[in-house]
Amino acid sequence: MKLTLKIWRQKGPKEKGRFETYKVEANPHMSFLEMLDVLNEELIAKKEEPVTFEHDCREGICGTCSLVINGQPHGPNKGTATCQLHMRHYKDGDIIVIEPYRAAAFPVLKDLAVDRSAFDRIIQAGGYVSVNTGAAQDGNAIPIEKEQAARSFDAAACIGCGACVAACPNASAMLFVSAKVSHLALLPQGKVEARRRALAMVKQMDAEGFGMCSNVTACEVECPKEISVTNIARLNREYLSSAVASETKV
Amino acid sequence: MNCNVTAAWRASRRGAYMANPCFTQIHPTCIPQSGDYQSKLTLMSESLRNDGRVWVPKSQEDAKAIREGKKTGNDIKEENRDYFLERRYPAFGNLVPRDVASRAAKVACDEGLGVAPTGLAVFLDFQDAIMRYGKSKAHSMGLHNPGDSKIRELGEQVVEEKYGNLFEMYEKITGENPYKLPMKIYPAVHYTMGGLWVDYNLETNIPGLFAIGECNFSDHGANRLGASALMQGLADGYFVLPYTIGQFLSQEIRTPKFDPDAKEFLDTEKDTRERLERMVNVKGNQSVESFHRRLGKIMWDYCGMSRNADGLKKARKMIQELREEFYRDVFVPGAINDYNPELEKAQRVADFFELGELMVVDALDRNESCGGHFREEYQSEEGEALRNDEDYAYVSAWEYKGWDEDPVLHKEELVFENVELKTRSYK
Ligand code: SF4
Ligand code: FES
Repeated sequence: MKLTLKIWRQKGPKEKGRFETYKVEANPHMSFLEMLDVLNEELIAKKEEPVTFEHDCREGICGTCSLVINGQPHGPNKGTATCQLHMRHYKDGDIIVIEPYRAAAFPVLKDLAVDRSAFDRIIQAGGYVSVNTGAAQDGNAIPIEKEQAARSFDAAACIGCGACVAACPNASAMLFVSAKVSHLALLPQGKVEARRRALAMVKQMDAEGFGMCSNVTACEVECPKEISVTNIARLNREYLSSAVASETKV
Repeated sequence: MNCNVTAAWRASRRGAYMANPCFTQIHPTCIPQSGDYQSKLTLMSESLRNDGRVWVPKSQEDAKAIREGKKTGNDIKEENRDYFLERRYPAFGNLVPRDVASRAAKVACDEGLGVAPTGLAVFLDFQDAIMRYGKSKAHSMGLHNPGDSKIRELGEQVVEEKYGNLFEMYEKITGENPYKLPMKIYPAVHYTMGGLWVDYNLETNIPGLFAIGECNFSDHGANRLGASALMQGLADGYFVLPYTIGQFLSQEIRTPKFDPDAKEFLDTEKDTRERLERMVNVKGNQSVESFHRRLGKIMWDYCGMSRNADGLKKARKMIQELREEFYRDVFVPGAINDYNPELEKAQRVADFFELGELMVVDALDRNESCGGHFREEYQSEEGEALRNDEDYAYVSAWEYKGWDEDPVLHKEELVFENVELKTRSYK
């Protein structure tokens, strides 16, 4: 199939970007990123600069791929990361617009790659648990109800891709932060830091310049891991209780 | 490409030994290749072989018809199917180890029985599991005389509970519904058991350089077992290193802060800059990707599921020639101070040339078949791996001597105190 791509090109963080149009011949078995690989090989053959985009695992588990495809982060399919999107969902003659995530807290580095280190700093602020190294703990000493474990697991499925931010008109990172907080808050292992975690992470989130949540819930729709907005409610509860209970000033 | 050997390889270039590089695990249950543009062969979890039955058609005509899309797996009658793992390994059936299952699939495809357009795929079929689970579910629900379609419906539910994620992933990639049509799978490279040589404290031969997790060679021998890579990362990090690194650090407590302008740092920076400049300055005509693919093909063909001395010798020469061509004709766009993924990739591929050659050298040294390393010259009459414990019960730890010089082999003998060294039979 012949496709027309309109791709955002931007040399660096401080440069002005613009859309460039490319033609590419794809086949339906390709993944979306493989289609971009093919385009890049053609550009390189012409001694032009390839399009910079991010990717790693290419199977929907690492959160490195991004892209806003025809206005939707990670493209049209539900519960699917860009790397899992296949060209069989497009047809001959389609025009596809490909942009980077747009959010003040995710500045464009080059072309379609944005700097998502703000997420790393949020995790550093509180997205961890302390564990003793040395000897293995007795698993039976920390019983967890199956339902509870499943809820935690669902939250832990967040791959930190940032699509929720890109989808949100306020560029809020609430879904991401709530997934990370919930994942730990629901488990006994997360109790040690519970009093400061939500407070510290939300504080960092605000410092990074993410917007406020106004319950649009576009994040849930675009999230490749289908993280539920009920996590945001849990984050709010955790935030409140850690604000009340916190001993340390954060 | 982000999964690469760079850190370990750079350590090896500075004197850390690289151990057992030829032990590569080829995983049997990957989604087969669909074209040249493909960036990876996605792995499907091993657990599928618990319930899936692996087969190919008995006749080449049927296989051909399937490849051409004139028939599907469902059109092949039971008696015309060869459940080759169950036939060859009745005791273990579909659950034989990865290397054995992979080689058996290759043998079937080499005989012209492959079922994908490329000829490189075998079936992994869940029909029997679906019906079996369906029957027992119907029974436990107290349904009398449920029809086939009811049984199938119930069975599909059970299979979905167990493998739903994997089936969904398969369908996303291939566009085929594995509940209705047998899956197609083919072996692909999965894991390198080798890595930096370490002692029991996880310290390499360079004092103070510790290597933990997948980058060292220590846990897996010639064939890794399922889930043990994750286990190794956890065990090394939680339970070993905390006890061992302290010993080293305790002696360093009075070491003053390093001066970043020390000669070593400046020299390394200069080396790095020169290496990067060398790559962008080639300004040749071939992309980094094209070299990566050609190297991959050499490794797969000659140092993959089965190897032999002639092929390995040939491969070594081909790699050396390809590497020369790379430094003569690669095209790396952009500059060295930009955010430049192509330049990054070029360096990774440059490392792969050197590691690839070492894998071949190691495979050539090991005149036996062992785990993931199958040398065609060393097999039983039935085509099973023949180990040679008398001469090869050692870890090969290779010392780098320069990119155009032969590496030096150091042997660490394997001494077993509490167990006896034996070959397991899967028959
Ligand atoms: S919540 Fe969903 S969209 Fe947001 S970072 Fe996590 S996986 Fe990505
Ligand atoms: S590349 Fe890892 S999730 Fe897409």
